[in-house]
Amino acid sequence: MIVAERKPFDEILEMLKPFKRVLVLGCGGCVTVCLTGGEKQAEELASQLRLASRRSNLGLEVDYESISRQCDEEFIENLQHDPNKYDAVLSIACGVGVQFMGERFPEVEFLPGLNTTFYGANTAPGLWEEYCHGCGDCVLALTGGICPIARCSKNLMNGPCGGTNNGKCEVSPDMDCSWHLIYERLKQTGKLNQMRKIQPPRDWRKDRGAGVRRMSIEQMIEQESEV
Amino acid sequence: MSQSVSKLQQAFESGNFVVTGEIGPPKGINVEPCLRGAEKYLKDTVTAVNVTDGQTAVMRIGSMAVSKMLLDRGVEPIFQMTCRDRNRIALEMDLLSAASLGIRNVLALTGDHVAMGDHPEAKPVFDLDSVTLLQAMVLLEAGTDMGRDIKGNANKLDGAPKFFKGCCVTPCADELEPQIIKLEKKVDAGAQFVQTQAVYDPAAFEQFMKRIEHLKVPVMVGIVVLKSAGMANYMNRSVPGVSVPDNIVKRISEASKEDRQKVSVEICGELIRKMKDFCRGAHLMTLGWDHCVPDIIQAAELT
Repeated sequence: MIVAERKPFDEILEMLKPFKRVLVLGCGGCVTVCLTGGEKQAEELASQLRLASRRSNLGLEVDYESISRQCDEEFIENLQHDPNKYDAVLSIACGVGVQFMGERFPEVEFLPGLNTTFYGANTAPGLWEEYCHGCGDCVLALTGGICPIARCSKNLMNGPCGGTNNGKCEVSPDMDCSWHLIYERLKQTGKLNQMRKIQPPRDWRKDRGAGVRRMSIEQMIEQESEV
Repeated sequence: MSQSVSKLQQAFESGNFVVTGEIGPPKGINVEPCLRGAEKYLKDTVTAVNVTDGQTAVMRIGSMAVSKMLLDRGVEPIFQMTCRDRNRIALEMDLLSAASLGIRNVLALTGDHVAMGDHPEAKPVFDLDSVTLLQAMVLLEAGTDMGRDIKGNANKLDGAPKFFKGCCVTPCADELEPQIIKLEKKVDAGAQFVQTQAVYDPAAFEQFMKRIEHLKVPVMVGIVVLKSAGMANYMNRSVPGVSVPDNIVKRISEASKEDRQKVSVEICGELIRKMKDFCRGAHLMTLGWDHCVPDIIQAAELT
């Protein structure tokens, strides 16, 4: 899933200063699962904002709601509040949701309440870790199911650098060396020879190197045009 | 037999035990002190001198410029190149530039992460790695580059460079097999010599050399001069794959301030004497103590 964390409250407050009527809009997708952008967090943030507004006399009027997903046209009709009646919408979806909704309501300012951080998973209570970088050319079949693009600080494809340190990365002792994990895994499964093959330089075009990416499923486009 | 492209390559081919030194370019353009040090203490004592490329990700004057200045003073440089700061286009361009300036020895390194240095906000590149950088050099030598023309054919160079290509390895890494696998790939990719990370454990080094016997490349053992007990402790704590044994730390810490340099030269000499039969050379990293190089060579009984 997409993991995102709340922006610092002061930054949010600063963003909202020019506005009066504000809607905090949660999203029922990934950010609900990582406990930063769901309905509960929208409610909490709205009350925090009201409190701060009262304390500093900012005159903010804050409502909140949450929809199933902010990145999908079909859920927009479920909105109980009309975004056009607000000066600004503080979206606590990922960056996709903020932009997608903003495009649908061009008269209203959509502002981000979160920093979208990575594609990851919940690995321990209260902890989310990065697993995928969205590089566009998955290598997991070569690397024992552990991604060196997302999980090696230098996204190396040919084995560990000299900074590997008792299974940790030179960047931080809290960070696993993914090549240590890959090596252990390949050894365990009798596939160490996979590590011995030289991996050629990557084609970064699939990873933003050729600009903005899109995906199309031709069949669906054809069906749509036949209707 | 291929023609040697540098004095360093020639030295290995002649079968001699080869010694190299190292200088770290300054932060700023005041290059004279480091060049003068190299001229005075390294020129007549070592075969070639590594010039570091923003080591520990600290911004400094570039390795290519200082390598060229060494050449002009009759000191053969080993141009260190990391993959941290340049994509493949910039790396290939710098390889051609270096070759056109007369630089022949190139050491391919991954490079310390920007997080380790003094510009931690910088964007780390790592488009290539040490293995594919070596492949890039081989391509350039063959008269092509890593790109393709519109028909999908390799681009042809107007004049191909020649390099003596080196790489690095950590012989005392806590997990050795992955390091060896990577070294095998570097040799496959074209590495012609190896300089190691600092070694303080001759027995571990001997074991390492046995495990890489199948690799027919000359290996130079890395020797880092210990300037103080504090530095030894720092290395133990913070430098991956380097461990300074207690007895060495003790000798440095017990030496009086005036004797410390002498003791550290003795330690280097002993380490080289113990390891010189297992390898083809020693790479001396003196971290500014260039003036110790002649004494270390004498202490190692290499003269």
